[in-house]
Amino acid sequence: MHLLVIDWWLILEKSLLIFGIIGLSFFIAMYTTYAERKVAAWLQDRRGPNRAGPFGIFQPLADGGKLFFKEEIIPLASNKPLFILGPALAMITALLTSTVIPWATPFITKGGDVIAMQVADVDMGILLVFSIVSVGVYGIMIGGWASNNKFSLMAAIRGASQMVSYELPMGLALIAVLFMTGSLKMSEIVGNQIENGWHIIYQPLGFIIFFVCALAECNRTPFDLPEAENELNFGYHQEYSSMKLGFYLFAEYINMFISSAVMATLYFGGYDIPFVNEASWGLNSFWMTVISFSVLMAKISFFLFVFLWIRWTIPRFRYDQLMNLGWKKLIPLALLNMIITAAVILLLKK
Amino acid sequence: MTITITQILFWILSVAALFSALMVITSKNPVHSVLWLIATFFSISGHYILLSAQFLAVVNIIVYAGAIMVLFLFVIMLMNLNRETEPQKNRWIKMAGAIAGGCLLLVLVASLKNVESASTIEDVKGGDVGFIKRLGKELFSTYVVPFEISSILFLSAMVGAVVIGKKE
Repeated sequence: MHLLVIDWWLILEKSLLIFGIIGLSFFIAMYTTYAERKVAAWLQDRRGPNRAGPFGIFQPLADGGKLFFKEEIIPLASNKPLFILGPALAMITALLTSTVIPWATPFITKGGDVIAMQVADVDMGILLVFSIVSVGVYGIMIGGWASNNKFSLMAAIRGASQMVSYELPMGLALIAVLFMTGSLKMSEIVGNQIENGWHIIYQPLGFIIFFVCALAECNRTPFDLPEAENELNFGYHQEYSSMKLGFYLFAEYINMFISSAVMATLYFGGYDIPFVNEASWGLNSFWMTVISFSVLMAKISFFLFVFLWIRWTIPRFRYDQLMNLGWKKLIPLALLNMIITAAVILLLKK
Repeated sequence: MTITITQILFWILSVAALFSALMVITSKNPVHSVLWLIATFFSISGHYILLSAQFLAVVNIIVYAGAIMVLFLFVIMLMNLNRETEPQKNRWIKMAGAIAGGCLLLVLVASLKNVESASTIEDVKGGDVGFIKRLGKELFSTYVVPFEISSILFLSAMVGAVVIGKKE
């Protein structure tokens, strides 16, 4: 019997890539918590964490250790399996979205094999990210409901309705980008930008809409109503303690990281190095991969900083303002943006 | 006999789909039912991918698992349905439901019995039927009239929902 013809090298290569990306996500998420506190301190003229290690750089490790060793409490009146499923789902969906992002230029080995720095370059590309994001609501909803706490339930329902509402203008803003590329593949979206210039030049309005929606999807200020402390105690993760709480908080930071990566890829040229023609440098493939990866990381860090900056600058919206902004302002704007883009593309083609 | 990865995946997905579909109807808690239904959608999406209908798979997850099921969960969570508040249905109604569902199953199985599966599956596997470029071209050329009609149907449903919602 001939069992399973598998290209083991491919499996090995992809597993290394997957573990690398997951490790990277955790690392970035850890240090975003540190950056958040440092940026907050900076904006408020404080020092921020500075005890654990030089400049407090071991602070995230200390926080993580603390969360691991805390007592784990599962409320008696909660629905136990779903109570555990909630944070797990939040984490899984946060980590899954990174599958289709191209992280760097493909690495070409000496034997001439091309290793793409992307877990899967599927035909659906960006739509796959959207499908995972749309499933991400369940982590919050299940956790909030299973806690059997009225505040948690309110927060979960707020969070879910917010995410469902803001997915619409996000998708509409994305359609304009897809009109320009003519493909859903992430690699082709990046390729199109390397050839014709970044999408931000042609789609400034679309980017602003996308960015606002990304803030709302990540439950970040000014859209952090699911976690509004002063009205809902602590939000959907009020009953959670120990590492389950840690998963929810971590998932938020990973979501921030991935949405920054998606924004950089869709609108800011992905791993493209601005203003230069890097192909003429004649560097070998390994260094090209390293440089393009660092360029993408620099773009991502910038977006992460903007996320933090906004959090400590803009106060929270009221719930009706949030819904009005989403349904009455962003959706018409995104529709307008889409129609104008389509019309211009049609005119230019003639 | 050689076993391909596709076959193994097919069996895993089929078992998952059937098991979660059974759990939908046997769970006592309606929230559990909804979650099992989401699991069913995921395994069906897996089947779509095996049939190289990627677009259908992703849209199935976005629309059904991601949007419609969220609304289901909303309603069930807000109404706080559970066993005590659920009205006990008449036994005869349950029996009638079972018989009607059984008839539907019979009709479906009977209609699928004579389908020539082998040749069509080969056809589907080789082509790029489910890929978005091909699908879009087909939808906007061969099937443009039904496509537009169904979109008008959706629009009217949306307008209807707004009108009902505005009524005090």
